[in-house]
Amino acid sequence: MIEFHNVSKRYPGFGDALSQVSFKLASGEMAFLTGHSGAGKSTLLKLIAVLIRPTNGQVLVNNENIGHISRRRIPYVRRNVGIIFQDHKLLFDRTVFDNVALPLVISGLSHREIGRRVRAALDKVGLLSKEKSLPITLSGGQQQRVGIARAVVNKPPILLADEPTGNLDPELSREIMDLFAQFQQVGTSVLIASHDLDLIAQMGSKVLTLNEGRMTAGGMHNEPQGGFR
Amino acid sequence: MISPTVYLARHMQVMLSTLGQMIRSPMSNLMTIAVMGIALALPAGLHIILKNVQQVTAQWDGAAQISLFLKQSVTDKQAEQLTTILRQRQDIKSVTNITRSEALEEFRQNSGFGEALESLEENPFPAVIVIYPTEQSDNLLTVQGMLANFKDRPEVELAQLDMQWLKRLYAIMDFGRRGIWVLAAMLSLSVLLVVGNTIRLAIQNRRDEIEIIKLIGGTDAFIRRPFLYTGFWYGLSGGILSWLLVTLSIWLLSGPVSQLATLYDSDYSLSSLDLNSSFILLGLSISLGLAGSWLAVSRHLHAIEPE
Ligand SMILES: Nc1ncnc2c1ncn2[C@@H]1O[C@H](COP(=O)(O)OP(=O)(O)OP(=O)(O)O)[C@@H](O)[C@H]1O
Ligand SMILES: [Mg+2]
Repeated sequence: MIEFHNVSKRYPGFGDALSQVSFKLASGEMAFLTGHSGAGKSTLLKLIAVLIRPTNGQVLVNNENIGHISRRRIPYVRRNVGIIFQDHKLLFDRTVFDNVALPLVISGLSHREIGRRVRAALDKVGLLSKEKSLPITLSGGQQQRVGIARAVVNKPPILLADEPTGNLDPELSREIMDLFAQFQQVGTSVLIASHDLDLIAQMGSKVLTLNEGRMTAGGMHNEPQGGFR
Repeated sequence: MISPTVYLARHMQVMLSTLGQMIRSPMSNLMTIAVMGIALALPAGLHIILKNVQQVTAQWDGAAQISLFLKQSVTDKQAEQLTTILRQRQDIKSVTNITRSEALEEFRQNSGFGEALESLEENPFPAVIVIYPTEQSDNLLTVQGMLANFKDRPEVELAQLDMQWLKRLYAIMDFGRRGIWVLAAMLSLSVLLVVGNTIRLAIQNRRDEIEIIKLIGGTDAFIRRPFLYTGFWYGLSGGILSWLLVTLSIWLLSGPVSQLATLYDSDYSLSSLDLNSSFILLGLSISLGLAGSWLAVSRHLHAIEPE
């Protein structure tokens, strides 16, 4: 589903945030991305959502090299990638229902279909009763789950989460992780950036470790150097 | 793929929701609409005034008259022949021939210089033929054509149109018309900028929303749509306001004008915006609204990219 081949990302004026990173994440596979602060976790996730472009190497999503796709194609790539942010990125002047409905409205689904799918997604994250609430009236954990419902509502094949449990208590964090595991079980590829080593150990999934932009564990080390550009 | 009915329904929904948003925050929107309305009412109103002046002068056209001063060498008989030829023309209503001696006689009687004239050996006055065009050909263009035609005749020394004042009025009106175009162009540009600026602010206010929509795969067209509809509503309401302003002003002026007309024994009354001009005004206003928002959207939307 996701393949990185010798991917480097250089920020002008900073240097390489990622260098020669290679790994694979299969369909329906779940993995954790870990590493110290500044190791390049967010950078790696951003490459998959085409928020930034690689300086070198190939980023394949569903066998398409998305490193050099045109601007016009980007929205359609992003529709296949549900993203969950630590700061939720919800619209605070819209109800929970409208927030979760947004990806479906963008895809141009009919009213009835939107209603059906939004309620299914809210049910999944246990917030069906809150559909008419404004996000500001919800707790941090509840807001995070609204973000998750929005990310999965159009059933994307890939789910990315950047520190999804950053400031939640351990119990809530565990609940959120179990939710991700459920999506993985229905065939979604899930990649979660996290610091929380205890929690990662509990989940027993594959772990990709970054250290100063290099993948020190979980990646592929036998890539032919310079074979891909 | 999106079905056409769903697509249309989406458009309708965006159209109505942008209208709803405008109605919910009326104050800032009213300012923009008022500026648009006034800016467009000004050239539209001037256009109406000019049109009315044109109608009035059209009624005055009957005054045209061409005088042909003949050469000294032309005999009375030749002048008489020329008069007869001219009488047969379709575009001439009547012709008067004033011979050289008639002219002299007239001068003698009216001026009181009779004795001075006695001392002259020769009659200094030329023969004059005065031509009155028919009603159909009595407009500036045709009359000027006739004038040029007469000038070329061998008997004619000088041909003169006794309508210079009308010519000058036409020139002034032509100037006025151009002036209105310039004014309209400048005010349209300012309307464009006002709408563009309002939309720019709207885009900035919804920066977060735009970013999030881009993050979850919204296309540029999707993001543009509500702003373009907002521009459309500005254009429509600004156009309606300017129409109301012009119509109201004409209505306020119509009382005094018809009083004035009565004093001149005329049943003239001010005409307001006709259906055609009204549609042009609305169409122009809507186009400006759309163009202004398009400008703002295409300039500022690309700058907003999610991180
Ligand atoms: N836009 C940018 N311009 C320049 N440097 C950047 C930019 N974004 C990130 N960096 C640098 O790249 C490195 C990797 O950043 P990244 O955000 O991927 O780290 P991270 O692993 O997500 O860290 P954290 O755990 O703190 O979120 C950091 O040292 C950061 O300073
Ligand atoms: Mg990070």
